[in-house]
Amino acid sequence: MRRLLWRVLELLAILRGVVRAAREPPADERDDDGIDPSCRVTPSSPGAERALAVLLVLAGLGLAAFGVLIAVDADPRLLGAVLGGGLACLAAALIVAGLRIVPQEVAVEERPPLGDERARAAALEQLRGGTEGVSRRRLIVGAAGAAGTGLAAAAVLPITALGPGAHVLDESPWRAGVALVDEDGQPIGADAVPVGSFATAFPAGADRRELGSPVVVVHVDPRTLDLPAERRTWAPEGLLAFSKICTHAGCAVSLFRYPLYEPTSDAPALVCPCHYSTFDVRRAAKVTLGPAGRPLPQLPLRIDARRRLVAGGPLSGSVGPAWWGTQRG
Amino acid sequence: MSPHVDPVAFVDERLGAAGPLRKALRYVFPEHWSFLLGEMALYAFVVLLATGTFLALFFEPSTAQTTWHGPYAPLDGAQVSVAYGSALDLSLTVPGGLLMRQTHHWAALLFVVAITLHLLRVVFTGAFRKPRELTYAVGVTLLMLAVLEGYVGYSLLDDLLSGMGLAIGYSTALSLPGIGGALGTLLWDGAFPGGPAFVPRLFIAHVFILPAVIATLIGLHLWMVVRTRHAQFPGPGRRERNVVGSPMWPAYALRSLGWLFAVAAVLVLLGGLVQINPVWQWGPYEPWVGENGAQPDWYLGWLIGALRLMPNWEAAVFGRTIIPNPFFGGVVFPGIVFGFLYALPAVDRVFFTHDQAEHHLLDRARDNPRRSGVLAAMLVFVVLIFFFGSADRVFLTLSIPYELQLWLARGLVFVAPALAYVLVRRWCLALRRADAHPLRAVDAELVPPPRTDDTLATTAERG
Repeated sequence: MRRLLWRVLELLAILRGVVRAAREPPADERDDDGIDPSCRVTPSSPGAERALAVLLVLAGLGLAAFGVLIAVDADPRLLGAVLGGGLACLAAALIVAGLRIVPQEVAVEERPPLGDERARAAALEQLRGGTEGVSRRRLIVGAAGAAGTGLAAAAVLPITALGPGAHVLDESPWRAGVALVDEDGQPIGADAVPVGSFATAFPAGADRRELGSPVVVVHVDPRTLDLPAERRTWAPEGLLAFSKICTHAGCAVSLFRYPLYEPTSDAPALVCPCHYSTFDVRRAAKVTLGPAGRPLPQLPLRIDARRRLVAGGPLSGSVGPAWWGTQRG
Repeated sequence: MSPHVDPVAFVDERLGAAGPLRKALRYVFPEHWSFLLGEMALYAFVVLLATGTFLALFFEPSTAQTTWHGPYAPLDGAQVSVAYGSALDLSLTVPGGLLMRQTHHWAALLFVVAITLHLLRVVFTGAFRKPRELTYAVGVTLLMLAVLEGYVGYSLLDDLLSGMGLAIGYSTALSLPGIGGALGTLLWDGAFPGGPAFVPRLFIAHVFILPAVIATLIGLHLWMVVRTRHAQFPGPGRRERNVVGSPMWPAYALRSLGWLFAVAAVLVLLGGLVQINPVWQWGPYEPWVGENGAQPDWYLGWLIGALRLMPNWEAAVFGRTIIPNPFFGGVVFPGIVFGFLYALPAVDRVFFTHDQAEHHLLDRARDNPRRSGVLAAMLVFVVLIFFFGSADRVFLTLSIPYELQLWLARGLVFVAPALAYVLVRRWCLALRRADAHPLRAVDAELVPPPRTDDTLATTAERG
């Protein structure tokens, strides 16, 4: 009984499909509006042909003039104007020819059908036929997988030879007793950086281009300092030093904002010009604005007997942009 | 070859080329101004190859230090890298060098502009639908590669601007969870600013690897276009199964060649008359030097905007960073945008159109209000972040505080796209209702244009 019901339903469904198919035209003709837009016109325009000739001659003159001018090393502006002008004439000539001189045609092309089920089936058959008579199929597939994995490893792993790996990232030349020098290699005196100003310093005798090298020294009123207890001795006379490399994206933190009128202005801060991360120098370079995720590492300072600035120890944390596992301190 | 041999017959008898040639000459291009955007990208690439070849003959990719001497007094006698020195030389002393370099730079900007506009045309008209999903995916890949190629190109010169850009790229590489540290030091041949192999690596990537991949993908993209034939807008006589337009020979070929030279002319005029990236003014890069107001090339504006907008979150465990901040703006954000673009054909099928059929007739934006709404939302999202990338310039010119802009933008990037979706969807619906208004007499019969041989203007096809 139930099967019979199904049969009837099936039959109904098929009939419905047939009726629908009979009512609706096939997809190809459904959108056929009966219009044939194809046409071909041969314009005949002596005026356009004259214009074409003039433009082509102008183009030739401009392009040749460019050749001559480059030989005599003319001003780049003149070179650009002449070459660009020549090319523009050539472009105009081709467009005039394409629109006003050659035959204008609207053509209708039938699209080639995409996807051929029979060809697809035949191709798959051919592929399958290639393994005819193979009995230990699984064994071979597994072994081929092993070979493939080895090949992939052999192809990919040589990239590790390209560089040293992440262990070089944490290096910095700063140690206790290393003197701070300026760009000319001269020691920086404690009195060379007045309150409200800043200076760039490097470790004496080290590679300056290393990210761990450049520090920025700033001078603020020592009474306003708000450093953590263990850093109280790191800023003698209000002189502070921080890594100059931004902890966000590695740019040089090269702006120092110092308030002109303390009561209404923001606190003194180092600002990175790339993404405007702002570091409050009195509070050990705490981030007060922008995307940097951790403060600039601080360099403990000492003033030696000759009143020169000397590192009191290594930088307080990892320099520059962070990576997986960077100490946040 | 004897003078009596017909060259066409000579080639045809050896390669059988006449048949394909005959077909190619009759290949039909449907016409619409927006179909010229893809061609503009292709022609900008041609200009890039031509000018880039010239530049590669002079540029020396080396970070070795040298003392530069030349006509630019402020840098005469300065210690610079060989790469920067050769960029100065080819700009200031090689005849035509500055014209070539500036044209190259303008062409790179236009290349990405053209691809982006072409992409917008494709997504808003639903041109990515079956059977063009693969063509579209190759196109999206080309956009990504074009942005990368441009970035690598201006990073080569070792001037202050390129060094700052590379520092950000390096930090973004480092921010990849797990592998970042190793990857960054592998690519840079050591810790930033990199070992001696780094600039030569950038050079080979810029002049060989990336252009070869881009050229191959352009070829593949065009081959796919030809396989499916061009899509076309609906119109009289235009059906899903045909393509109506101008055959390639002669009119279309001449006009398209004219378009090539027009694009080249504009780029050369810009290169000659409008200064761009004057590297001698920026000076050489040192890791401890930074400049305020530095802006990247336009196509990186959306990324710098995202890096700046991101709150300073970092994932950390036991006082150690797991996910550094640049990961969000520099990896996740472009990942979302390109992921969306790659997924669009599938998303469109599942959520907007629900069909598996082939589509060769293009939609107008109004034909699919929800698709257009979602696209507008995504566009507004990216464009807002792009404009925030220059918030510091806005502060300097309009005095709107940077902090205020930051907080406004952080809210707007969520509110504005939602608003854009609603507005654009309603706009599309309104346009559709207007189309179907009784006064437009949609049931009236279209009168086929008379077929005459002496006038073209009467055929509905021209325009």
